[in-house]
Amino acid sequence: MIDQGYIPLSSLPIGRTARVKKLNCSGLLRRRLLDLGIIKDTVIEALAKSPSGDPTAYNIRGAVIALRSEEAGRILVLPYREEV
Amino acid sequence: MGLTSQSTGAGVLTGKLNIKVSQPTDKIVALAGNPNVGKSTVFNSLTGLKQHTGNWPGKTVTNAQGRCRYKDCDFILVDVPGTYSLSANSAEEEVARDFICFGNHDVVVVVADATCLERNLNLVLQILEINQNVVVCLNLIDEAERKQIHIDTKKLSRLLGVPVIPTSARSGKGIKNLIDAVYRVANQRIKPSSLKITYDPVIEQAVALIENRLSKILCGSPFTRWIALKLLECDNKVFDLVKDNLGVNLYEDKQLLLNLDKAISVLAQNDIHPDEVKDIIVSNLISSCEDIYNQTVTVNAKNYNKLDRKIDAVLTSRVFGIPVMLILLGLIFWITIEGANIPSALLSDFLFWIEAKLSEFFMWLNSPVWLHDVLVLGVYRTLAWVVSVMLPPMAIFFPLFTLLEDLGYLPRVAFNLDNYFKKCNACGKQALTMCMGFGCNAAGVIGCRIINSPRERLIAVLTNNFMPCNGRFPTLIALISMFFAVFPLRSVVSTLLLLGIILLGMVLTFATSKLLSKTILKGVPSSFTLELPPYRKPQVGKIIIRSIFDRTIFVLGRAVSVAAPAGLVIWLLANIHVNDISLLAYCAAFLDPFARLIGMDGYILLAFILGFPANELVIPIIIMSYAAEGSMIELSSLAELKNLLVSNGWTWLTALCVMIFTLMHWPCGTTCLTIKKETGSIKWTALAVIIPTAIGLLLCFILATAARLLGLA
Repeated sequence: MIDQGYIPLSSLPIGRTARVKKLNCSGLLRRRLLDLGIIKDTVIEALAKSPSGDPTAYNIRGAVIALRSEEAGRILVLPYREEV
Repeated sequence: MGLTSQSTGAGVLTGKLNIKVSQPTDKIVALAGNPNVGKSTVFNSLTGLKQHTGNWPGKTVTNAQGRCRYKDCDFILVDVPGTYSLSANSAEEEVARDFICFGNHDVVVVVADATCLERNLNLVLQILEINQNVVVCLNLIDEAERKQIHIDTKKLSRLLGVPVIPTSARSGKGIKNLIDAVYRVANQRIKPSSLKITYDPVIEQAVALIENRLSKILCGSPFTRWIALKLLECDNKVFDLVKDNLGVNLYEDKQLLLNLDKAISVLAQNDIHPDEVKDIIVSNLISSCEDIYNQTVTVNAKNYNKLDRKIDAVLTSRVFGIPVMLILLGLIFWITIEGANIPSALLSDFLFWIEAKLSEFFMWLNSPVWLHDVLVLGVYRTLAWVVSVMLPPMAIFFPLFTLLEDLGYLPRVAFNLDNYFKKCNACGKQALTMCMGFGCNAAGVIGCRIINSPRERLIAVLTNNFMPCNGRFPTLIALISMFFAVFPLRSVVSTLLLLGIILLGMVLTFATSKLLSKTILKGVPSSFTLELPPYRKPQVGKIIIRSIFDRTIFVLGRAVSVAAPAGLVIWLLANIHVNDISLLAYCAAFLDPFARLIGMDGYILLAFILGFPANELVIPIIIMSYAAEGSMIELSSLAELKNLLVSNGWTWLTALCVMIFTLMHWPCGTTCLTIKKETGSIKWTALAVIIPTAIGLLLCFILATAARLLGLA
């Protein structure tokens, strides 16, 4: 997984954009993430962290959604290159 | 604060939606949509009803119904709680899903946010899958235009196969077109032919196997495709749903179960595990949304949300996030305290002038003295006190708070505070229910439905009382103004003290939440997703007028329904004498030794007990008890009230203990009933009473003992 360059969404630096590759969870959480429109190849941008560092706000399909690091950590993403 | 008779009445707590149809020709219109898309505003502009609106997801947790008439047709509108999808992840979403699926409505209006269409299309497509008679209301269209988001509504309508009406409900734009489209769909002037999503061929093959059988059992019900998909997803709740709503037990149909097995094996042959079906279906759905979005929406300015991000960069920043929150809260308190003085004095002058006139009237009637005393000194005076002390601060505080709410600031508070809640194994949305608690704890308790996890919801319910409500907040302000406001920094000191009290409430909320999570409500924090909606320019004038009006009605309503009868009872207690001692004095004398331990006296504690129906009553009861015991005093200002209290032995310590006990004692009667209804358990209700009471007693005892030992009081 690491060699493919996937990282958990929770490690995506603020201001960077990434493409979703895998949802590493099941059950209710998976359903909830799917309902937010997070599927393979969804583009997500990390917008801002809350004052205490967690949760983080993400731009998901035009909506701003806050996710805790526990949930964001289950989403594996491939970051875009720096210039994008 | 969402506080209407509808949202706190008993009827809303049954969970299911009961529709009141007065004529068989009435058309039922369901208003569905994602949370926070302005559904309530659309509802209000259609019906003229005043459903409280706020810029945060989950505002409408209970359903409002309203009527409107257009041409020759009566419509009953049902405001369904916001939901992102029909898979029903929380209790409140389930209510929405059940109604959208099986609600027996003629038309579903799906309200979508034009500024965030792609996300909203998910629900639109899911509803279209079940229902043909749909009108899409593209709300906030002016906002979208301002952000240079252009939507080709004609093309969107063609792709979806149903009418799409752009509206801006806040200004009323497009509402007439909307009701016209609803009228035409309801009367079959337009026959929508809505889009059917085609799934992966393997899924379609499996669906066909089940759907054939289903349409035989369910006699061509429009839901067969949807039920088939749910069955493939192994969503077993669908069996109960069909049984409850269509009266068919699918488990009994051997052929169907056989076909289901066959369908699952078809999937298996194509390497699709049952767990993955949901993924594929949702992925297909979301790709369709993306596709439609790309075909119909053009965004000219790439960074259309730049301003929002800049505001967020301040309001949720590491350095400023929490301080700005406290400053904003402090500022609101300061304006409330500073602004309430003059109208409070004017109002009390006015109401006591009326009291004098009433007395003259009774004398002119030659009525017996006792009748005058009961009605004027008992009932009227209590009412006048409640109104003059409660109304001005509330009529200032709430419009200001509503401005913040309308702006979209409250979800940011939840965002800022979530980590602290997580450390207490609770949910950040608890911050939102705490804000509702400011208005009324009963409303706050109902609001806890927005929290998905039952454990976290219970924590929020049990701790909601730590936020001082409508009835307690002005008591705090009055006590602070009387005992702690020292010149020259009067209002600053008062503000800081009030802020301190609220912070104490917050700290205790966190501490209690943590304690509960470690003991009787053990568990790890569940998943948390919170939408931060775009900031919206509040309609300042409208909010201020609306909110002052709402508060006035609310305070007056409570004063008449609770304070006036209670005034009667208390007057009787204070004036019925046995052996020359009033009943009130007997009770107070009984409570006195204990009350002294916690820094108060018997009358104060008795006032808290008698104030169980409504916290507004505590101060009037104290006044009446003292006044009945001593000489009658004309109480027309806070200064005179202070004199009365001081002459009855009040010190700063008494005032502080009363303030702490005001913040922390048993919830009022309405709140207790609501907790009982929401939790369905006497045990949890008892706990909701015991926790704050125990903490309040303990704190007051420590404070009083310490102050006495140190010789401070």
